[in-house]
Amino acid sequence: MNFLQALGTWALNVCEQLGRASCFLFATLGRRPRFIRTFPLLIQQLYAIGVLSLLIIIVSGLFIGMVVSLQGYNTLEKFSATQQLGQLVALSVTRELGPVITALLFAGRAGSALTAEIALMKATEQLASMEMMGVDPLWRIISPRFWAGVISMPVLAAIFSAVAIYGGYLVGVKWLGLDAGAFWSNMQSTVDFHGDVINGLIKSLIFGFVITWISVYQGYDAVPTAEGIARATTRTVVYGSLAVLSLDFILTAVMLGGW
Amino acid sequence: MIPAATDNLVTLAQISFKRGDRLIFNDINITIPRGKIVGIMGPSGTGKTTLLRLIGAQLKPTAGHIHVNGQNIHQLSTKDLYLARRQMGMLFQSGGLFTGMNTFENVAFPLREHTTLPETMIRDIVLMKLEAVGLRGAVALNPSELSGGMSRRVALARAIVLDPQLIMYDEPFTGLDPIAKGVIVQLIKKLNNALGLTSILVSHDIHETCAIADLLYILADGHIIGSGTPAELLKSEHPSIKQFMQGLPDGMIPFQYPAKDYAKDLLS
Amino acid sequence: MQQPQRWIEITVGFFLLIGILALLMLGLQVSGLSTSLTSKNSYEVTANFDNIGDLRPRAPVTISGVHIGEVKSISLNPVSFKAIVTLTLNDNKMLIPDDSAASIYTAGILGSNYIELTPGFDDTSLHQGSMITSTHSALILENLIGQLVYKIGGGSDNASKKPTKAN
Repeated sequence: MNFLQALGTWALNVCEQLGRASCFLFATLGRRPRFIRTFPLLIQQLYAIGVLSLLIIIVSGLFIGMVVSLQGYNTLEKFSATQQLGQLVALSVTRELGPVITALLFAGRAGSALTAEIALMKATEQLASMEMMGVDPLWRIISPRFWAGVISMPVLAAIFSAVAIYGGYLVGVKWLGLDAGAFWSNMQSTVDFHGDVINGLIKSLIFGFVITWISVYQGYDAVPTAEGIARATTRTVVYGSLAVLSLDFILTAVMLGGW
Repeated sequence: MIPAATDNLVTLAQISFKRGDRLIFNDINITIPRGKIVGIMGPSGTGKTTLLRLIGAQLKPTAGHIHVNGQNIHQLSTKDLYLARRQMGMLFQSGGLFTGMNTFENVAFPLREHTTLPETMIRDIVLMKLEAVGLRGAVALNPSELSGGMSRRVALARAIVLDPQLIMYDEPFTGLDPIAKGVIVQLIKKLNNALGLTSILVSHDIHETCAIADLLYILADGHIIGSGTPAELLKSEHPSIKQFMQGLPDGMIPFQYPAKDYAKDLLS
Repeated sequence: MQQPQRWIEITVGFFLLIGILALLMLGLQVSGLSTSLTSKNSYEVTANFDNIGDLRPRAPVTISGVHIGEVKSISLNPVSFKAIVTLTLNDNKMLIPDDSAASIYTAGILGSNYIELTPGFDDTSLHQGSMITSTHSALILENLIGQLVYKIGGGSDNASKKPTKAN
């Protein structure tokens, strides 16, 4: 009986959180955009969210491409099919690794920073004083951050994929001595621009939407104390990563099935 | 209890406010006369900050209504509410300065958001307001480089930059050294007179508040237990008022948080 | 955190630019969009095959191993039940005799299929819409093994094996 009660309470809490997060999202998106005023704010946030995440994305992409190439080579060698390395690297990176790992890194690097920043603004009464000045914090603070996150994510994922494939090329061709022509032409004949590259970017766009949503909501909803900020930041990373991985499964099923 | 609206800038009528199950205010009435400094005092935890947030319509009362400048502040549309808020300045306990901007940009923020004034004019206004709080020299500093008293003064400059009618101070004296306290006391008085403001001052610092307030309300336990000029209240023989005004440790407002019988608790 | 606005704008522009470059690389270098986009000089020919095996659209078309085009589409002839493969050949300056033969090969043992054209000797050459008549189907591994087993089994019990295969 107790267990059922706990389960019911938990389910109600989840629904409440989800409902509040949705209301928050609609309130943010519903803000009348004033492009001339919003644009500089958006640029500022693109810098904070996108440009500052660039280094970690490039370095991780390079290494992941190199590792996939090395592992793939060792496995393909057993079937003497090493000339297929190019397509192995390109497909795994554009379809899965690119969007997913970029999203996980993004949740850890940019998402947690967003949550902490907004929660700190709440704790130090910056949001409240902005409201008292007659400036809507949803419009001034949340909205530019949200859109910057949604825009940055596919760009970062494309950069990640490109760098990872180059990393795979470095290991496969420059180090293990595969033929460069076979590497690229096998890749080109299997990778489909719409089915693989564009679908991967659609995935990352959806991931970017979800992660940024979680980040700004957790920051805005945080308990305005030091402990509350720490908890909100942790929640952003945990919920963000779980959301990305489960969504990835659903999206992959949809894309392989229907598209 | 509701006097003519013309000479009262803010009226709170029969306000009750609940947070969860806890009743924070129970049927309180407060009037803030135009042009005066009104102190609202009470022990910590009586919801004085909540009162300011109710006036600023960041919170909604459970019952009763609040009129600011003749408008029922909780029935305004969002757009009108944001317009009405331009007539209010609020100084938060921690200042609430934006960390990403320097002093100048902080003070200029409301101007940039609400007006389309040319840059030279914004600069002049900001420097004038900073001069009024004595911090024109700190114009290029970041909030992290300001002391507690200084950041509160910058926040004050920002609160008055749109020339509001009403300014609310949330605990402006806490955590300041005596000199900084004195500076803030002087500033509140000076600005109120010079700019024709109406000020609401929430505090539990009796000396500083009594020194400048024209009218005082004492809140305890969700009720107003006393109101009047500082001189009247200091002479009051009402036990709770006396306890609060003279800072006695125990009295009508108990030192003990409600608990079970002491002897029983220890022996159980 | 405070950065001059100009620097922020430059880096954001740079960020978006390398994003576009990355997408360009994914498009051209990785998925080989350029070969299917250079339609100015390319032309299409068709070829009918009995069995195309594992051939997929966008598989390469080569002569002597040199990439000259790709498979555009594959469909089924509703009357003859043969596979119609449409090939896009990149360069109409290169004249390929129209009695050339098309064969489906496999790259390596486990690799994907591709089409190799073996040039013939005619004076007329392939052009837009022409059809390659001489084709060799894909070699299906199971069929090869089946034939091998059949041959090793030898002619001794030919009579008993043939009816079962017909079933």
